[in-house]
Amino acid sequence: MTATATRPEAPPPPAPPSLKANGSRLADRSFRVITMACGLAVLAVLVLIAVFTTNKAYPVFRVAGLSFVTSRNWNPTATHPSFGALAFIYGTLAISVIALVVAVPVSLCLALFLTEVAPRRLRLPVIYLIDLLAAIPSVVFGLWALAALQKPLSHFYGHVSSGVHGIPVLDRLFQGNNSRDFFTAGLVVALMITPIITSLTREVFATVPVAQKEAALALGATRWEMMRTSILGYGRSGVVGAVMLGLGRAMGETIAVALLIGSIPSITVNLFHPGDAMASVIVNQFGESSGTFTAALVGLGVVLFAITILINIAARAFVARSEKAMGKA
Amino acid sequence: MSVTELPPPPVSSPAVSPLASLNASSISPLRRLRNQMATGLIYLAVLVAAFPLLLLVIYVVRRGAPAISLNFLTKPIPSPLRKGPGMGPAVVGTIVITGWATAMAVPLGILGAVYVTEYGTGNRVSRVVRFMSDVMAGVPSIVMGLFIFTAYTVKVHKLTGFGGSLALACLMLPIVIRATESMLSLVPRELREASYALGTSKSRTVLTVVIPAALPGIVSGCLLAIARAAGETAPLIFLIGTLQAHVNWNVFKNTNTTLSAQIFVNATQPFPGALSRAWGAALTLIVMVLVLTVAARIISSRLSVKAR
Repeated sequence: MTATATRPEAPPPPAPPSLKANGSRLADRSFRVITMACGLAVLAVLVLIAVFTTNKAYPVFRVAGLSFVTSRNWNPTATHPSFGALAFIYGTLAISVIALVVAVPVSLCLALFLTEVAPRRLRLPVIYLIDLLAAIPSVVFGLWALAALQKPLSHFYGHVSSGVHGIPVLDRLFQGNNSRDFFTAGLVVALMITPIITSLTREVFATVPVAQKEAALALGATRWEMMRTSILGYGRSGVVGAVMLGLGRAMGETIAVALLIGSIPSITVNLFHPGDAMASVIVNQFGESSGTFTAALVGLGVVLFAITILINIAARAFVARSEKAMGKA
Repeated sequence: MSVTELPPPPVSSPAVSPLASLNASSISPLRRLRNQMATGLIYLAVLVAAFPLLLLVIYVVRRGAPAISLNFLTKPIPSPLRKGPGMGPAVVGTIVITGWATAMAVPLGILGAVYVTEYGTGNRVSRVVRFMSDVMAGVPSIVMGLFIFTAYTVKVHKLTGFGGSLALACLMLPIVIRATESMLSLVPRELREASYALGTSKSRTVLTVVIPAALPGIVSGCLLAIARAAGETAPLIFLIGTLQAHVNWNVFKNTNTTLSAQIFVNATQPFPGALSRAWGAALTLIVMVLVLTVAARIISSRLSVKAR
């Protein structure tokens, strides 16, 4: 740059009127425009996802209408095909709920461990452990669960279902010993969303003002009472946001679910029953599909996209609210 | 509670302060039990998370290690019925497809983050971009796959590795933006001001001062994004063709395959040869992803040492 090179030699008092070369100003402005375009690429991609997928799925939305999400009759290859995706939506929700029920308490405990409980020399190993858990690809989880977990889980499910036999609600929830079912898929998804929920809640917990914690301790609270009242109480909306982000991730989890769900579309309260989910039906059937069938699978993607976008926006709102609350304190 | 009767804090010898005895006697057994139970539960949660991970790693190493050899990493993939090594096309496919995705997502993401932190600081456009990149990070990878299928694969009318690269780039973009943005905002303002004081233009300041200062963090964030993309499977299954038996370095021509896709395809095969190759591929993939993750950790911890 000529400006930088000549500047030091220039006498300080009479500042030259225009130090900036014209060319550099042009470069500056074009760089600004380029970076802005790159930033807006995110927006463009999101809009294009919505436009292209909805456009492709339009035929099936026209044929099936609202029954696409209210009917459970999925028969896309029949001569009079029907496209009711309710069973897949149910499956996705069932797996996500199971995953959250398992993952949220574990993640909260892990986050509390890392922020409050852990002795210094245990902290780093546990952080690495969570990193490692986050790094393992979904397909490896699926392969492992398929090979290593099926037998023990089938045994375990058998014991559970005979154990709860005769207990009013539980015996409807846990029947049989299928190891490719909602529950197995939910357990493995729980493993996959634990790192995300943990790291997000850890960030929230780390921003709880020290004064808040010390105040609780000074009032005579035990460590657990301090964690419950100041950390969990203070970070509540942040935790809700983190859990919702975990939910979004669980709903989009595809490959491990596709391997473990059993691929039998069903709506049942029995969690030990094979089912099917939106993402897994797309990946399992897309290759053999054509025409309206493909449109229907893309339509499932549109529904999934819409749900996850809504969940994410809501979650971000919660996280932002918690950040604001922390900022005020 | 007799906290109000506390004597003034002891000035010296805090180890044997009356506080300790006060605490121990004043907390009711029930509260103490609750506290201990909560602590126990928290430790239990660590075990609950660690146990499956340990099982998984041991299992994958045990089943995968016998399959790994130089031939395994380079030879073409045999038919599922056959035993013997060969995952070369998948190794190459993983590298080139992820490589092209990186080449697209990293510059775009870094420049986008530069806009958010350096140019649009606090204005509406940058707030929207930030928010949308957060939202985009939550879009399932399978949806990205469907998008590229409808926007690209249908138009060019063939399955190629590049379709996979595009989908992975969509997946990486928000991760790169988020990582870069948080690193850029850590760069002290004084550095920028010193550069302006020397008469440097803003664009040059960003390129020669701000980005180099944040570089270790940016690199580490990008490595994590690459690791995530390399392990991704769902969008690739119907974009790249998957069943490619021979090495294909060209992502624009013909079908391709990746380690992750091979694991998925072979996981449900009844043939021992195919299964053992799936385990070998799983081990290879885990090692690749781990190397990237550990490298990211090391690079970013170097930065924090410097910052101190």
